[in-house]
Amino acid sequence: MIDIATIRKRAKRRKRTQRIGFSTLAMVTLITMVPIAMVVIYVFIQGLPAISWEFLTEQPREGMRAGGILPAIVGTFWLTLGTAVISVPLGVGAAIYLAEYASDNRWTRIIRVAIINLAGIPSVVYGLFGLGLFVLFLNFGTSILAGSLTLSIMTLPVIISTTEEALRAVPSSFRVVSISLGGTRWQTIRRIVLPQALPGIITGVILGLERAAGETAPILFTAAAFFLPRMPGSIFDATMALPYHLFVISTQVPGMPVKIQYGTALVLLVFVLGMNLIATLIRSRSRARRQW
Amino acid sequence: MISEIPTPTPEMMPDASITPKIVVKDLQVVYSDGNESLRGINLVIPERAITVLFGPAGGGKSTFLRTLNRLNDLADVAEVSGHIWLDDVDILDSQIDTIALRRRVGIVFARPVVLPMSIRQNITYGLELAGERRASHLDEAVERSLKAAALWEEVHDRLNDPAVALSGGQQQRLCLARVLALEPEIILLDEPTSGLDPISTGKVELSLQELKQRYTIVLVPHSIQQAARVSDFAGFFLNGELVEYAPGKRIFTHPQDQRTEDYIEGRFG
Repeated sequence: MIDIATIRKRAKRRKRTQRIGFSTLAMVTLITMVPIAMVVIYVFIQGLPAISWEFLTEQPREGMRAGGILPAIVGTFWLTLGTAVISVPLGVGAAIYLAEYASDNRWTRIIRVAIINLAGIPSVVYGLFGLGLFVLFLNFGTSILAGSLTLSIMTLPVIISTTEEALRAVPSSFRVVSISLGGTRWQTIRRIVLPQALPGIITGVILGLERAAGETAPILFTAAAFFLPRMPGSIFDATMALPYHLFVISTQVPGMPVKIQYGTALVLLVFVLGMNLIATLIRSRSRARRQW
Repeated sequence: MISEIPTPTPEMMPDASITPKIVVKDLQVVYSDGNESLRGINLVIPERAITVLFGPAGGGKSTFLRTLNRLNDLADVAEVSGHIWLDDVDILDSQIDTIALRRRVGIVFARPVVLPMSIRQNITYGLELAGERRASHLDEAVERSLKAAALWEEVHDRLNDPAVALSGGQQQRLCLARVLALEPEIILLDEPTSGLDPISTGKVELSLQELKQRYTIVLVPHSIQQAARVSDFAGFFLNGELVEYAPGKRIFTHPQDQRTEDYIEGRFG
């Protein structure tokens, strides 16, 4: 026989253990958030004084020590857009094939493994590859085109795997119903599967592009100019870009005012976080409207 | 490839007086994992009547239904042999147009799966896939098929609402309406009322009695009672074989085969 006091004591002890467990987990979560918050806050505090209309809309002057960073902003915009134009159709197309058409055999398994491994390659290796293939062999020169192509190869695995996941999340019963109503496979994909998977696809695309926008190494040898205070004239032009510009003014230019460095970092951070925010909004809004 | 339709033998017919719509000869279906699902199926399904296929789970009823509109093409089926003539076309022929076949042979599943769109769009979906764009035709089809599925009164003033907002019973009738919109010749129903309350079940069964005036209906019932209630003709499936096939009135009162009798009387499930 266990008396009531013992039972109470045990219950109390269990509750205490649980409380300790939960607060430990909460603390660990908090610790992981501290560096992120610190980076954002620090960059904002250091960079905000540099931000002005002039900073965002003018050419750099006095060896980049004064003036604005407009060419870098525009360059990053074009590089990101170029990457989107190339990698989205390719990536989404490949994902549709893998998720909806390809049968599960040795070939598709090899392709999948290749895609996963592609995502693990260090970005500087992509840069070197882009230099060899696009800049030199295909003779595109150091250009927006070569940079976008290089960034696209780096972004493709992200887009393919997130898109494939989004497609597979659409219940297969929808496909069976559509086929049973006389739909072809393609009609089923276009009218049922793609619209349902679209929010997931867009999220994946934005996250992939966001990474491309912030990368330095792949554009180092393929697109970025050290100092080019004018707008790019065509896709065969080299360009300044925010991440590379930041690298340059942080390490290569003596006597650089700190606030310009952090101002540039702030613009890049807002650019990338802004894309992230859009992706989050799309995801949460579509989740609220989901009809299954 | 044209294969001659055989004259049905008396054993294939549930009744001598019927007009054949589907003739099944030596049908055998084997799944990729080696499990044989159907063997030696021979039967004639009469037109404009309700043919019920009943029996314990795993007996091959659903597989049989899904063979009738080639929906098994999507499943892991390794081998299908034999013949199924729909009128004078062998639908197991690899050359036939399965899209056109599925428009002629509609199916309603056990679990109502409405497409993630409005009530109206659920019905016009199949027609639009077939290339129908004229608004007047689509509107007419929506009203006609919802009325035939006994759903019009409940939803006519909210056709643009999302279909998922409907109750389970309404969703299932929408699935039926969706099939009817295509004006098929044959309607397959795979335990269409298994998830429904008795009132919704009654509504579906009532529609079926109306629909059999115009359509050939093949139904897998969710209970023996339902089988007895709605069947004109009934076949007993057991372990992939068709054990007995006869008019419903006879099979449920005077089964010829001992196994049929045991099942109907509830000696095994």
